[in-house]
Amino acid sequence: MSPTDDALLAVSGLRKSFGENEVLHSIDLEVRRGEVVVLIGPSGSGKTTVLRSLNGLETPDAGVVAFAHGPSVDFSQPVSKAERDSLRNRSAMVFQQHNLFPHRTVLENVIEGPVQVQRVRRADAVSQAEALLERVGLAEKRDAYPHELSGGQQQRVGIVRALALKPDLLLFDEPTSALDPELVGDVLGVMKGLADEGWTMVVVTHELSFARQVADEVLFMDGGVIVERGAPAQLFTAPTHERTRKFLDRILRPLD
Amino acid sequence: MDDRLQLLLDSFWPIVWGGITGTIPLALISFAIGIVIALVIALMRLSKNRVLSGIARVYISIIRGTPLLVQLFVIFYGLPTIGWVINPWPSAVIAFSLNVGGYAAEVIRAAILSVPKGQWEAGYTIGMSSTQTLRRIILPQAARVAVPPLSNTFISLVKDTSLASVILVTELFRVAQNIAAFSSEFLIVYMEAGLVYWLICLVLSSGQGRLEKRLDRYVAH
Ligand SMILES: Nc1ncnc2c1ncn2[C@@H]1O[C@H](COP(=O)(O)OP(=O)(O)OP(=O)(O)O)[C@@H](O)[C@H]1O
Ligand SMILES: [Mg+2]
Repeated sequence: MSPTDDALLAVSGLRKSFGENEVLHSIDLEVRRGEVVVLIGPSGSGKTTVLRSLNGLETPDAGVVAFAHGPSVDFSQPVSKAERDSLRNRSAMVFQQHNLFPHRTVLENVIEGPVQVQRVRRADAVSQAEALLERVGLAEKRDAYPHELSGGQQQRVGIVRALALKPDLLLFDEPTSALDPELVGDVLGVMKGLADEGWTMVVVTHELSFARQVADEVLFMDGGVIVERGAPAQLFTAPTHERTRKFLDRILRPLD
Repeated sequence: MDDRLQLLLDSFWPIVWGGITGTIPLALISFAIGIVIALVIALMRLSKNRVLSGIARVYISIIRGTPLLVQLFVIFYGLPTIGWVINPWPSAVIAFSLNVGGYAAEVIRAAILSVPKGQWEAGYTIGMSSTQTLRRIILPQAARVAVPPLSNTFISLVKDTSLASVILVTELFRVAQNIAAFSSEFLIVYMEAGLVYWLICLVLSSGQGRLEKRLDRYVAH
């Protein structure tokens, strides 16, 4: 399957097992340019594994991950490390635990990829990084070390580090679930801003209000399959599957 | 009494000089080479390739399971019997480097493993190769963990270089042995030699403390 006209990414038949445990059973999804796709689902349903597969951090057992204008990797064939890693030219990941480099300042974290990988001139990378940090309200933190920042600030630096690579696709794996509740808003605000600017994003999150406001499409995963997909208004108000309804109930009314 | 005091004073500088020209360069050179060996062995040991990790495992086991003195004798007295004559100094450097390589490999391996897996993935997601990630992201963080145990390895090495005296390398202890044999004042001279080793180790320990502080700069306390 190759991506349709305005599609950026097409994934089909993605499978992945860890030992005996098949955690993805034939995942299909398509992401169009400028679209925000939100992935929801219970713990262990395979959301992280899908994101990691898109970024070449996991090697699926079968299935195709195809970006418009390449690369297109068919995991049903033997895939070289270089082929798999080529997926990273198009996407960048924001991790739940941010994974900033603790021995590097904020600025050094952000310019590491552009300078070391993309061979951007250091001065250019620095001025671009400063502009991005300014955007997320962290201009004055450029010389701080990650441990000197709050969780919300760390995660915003994590986002800037990904943005600095100018990827076509941003992947977010529960970027706010490790944060204190009062810090969640800052990070979601930055993400909403990116969506408004036209960045293409796949976001795993339990923040349904974010999904409702920002997502173009919501996918509900359970047990390694995409059970249901649709526009947030439809999926949240009138889910067609019992499993989706149960999951939404549990999130919206955890005590009932 | 005065004679002994005089001997103590007269022998102090020759012994210290033996340390400066023998012990310290021997330890520094062997340690530098040993760390390179250790890094290679540690990476082999961590490699998914079974042959490489097997070789590394056996190497570490042999080095740690045999006395350093025996290793030194094999190289200096043993190898010439199959036609490899190696001078005292290079023999000592080879034996000490290989020895440090075995001990420090386990320290470096543990330090690399102590860096969270997420740091590798962060390196990968910004497009770095595994070599780049290792060099720029993992090793600097592993270094912080490895410095205290490696400093201890180095301090042990400084003391172990005294073994080189048995293959006739002129270092601190060999100088002391000569003075002792010449004057028959074994107690005084050997205690003096011990004192000089102790002074060297005190200086090294304070250097270790300062290095650790520097590396701790970016860590929350
Ligand atoms: N490296 C691994 N080795 C073995 N099993 C794994 C590995 N990574 C994930 N799994 C298993 O795969 C399944 C899916 O995991 P995944 O992390 O993708 O779920 P998730 O939907 O992201 O869950 P959560 O909401 O808890 O983050 C789980 O059963 C998990 O235990
Ligand atoms: Mg997850």
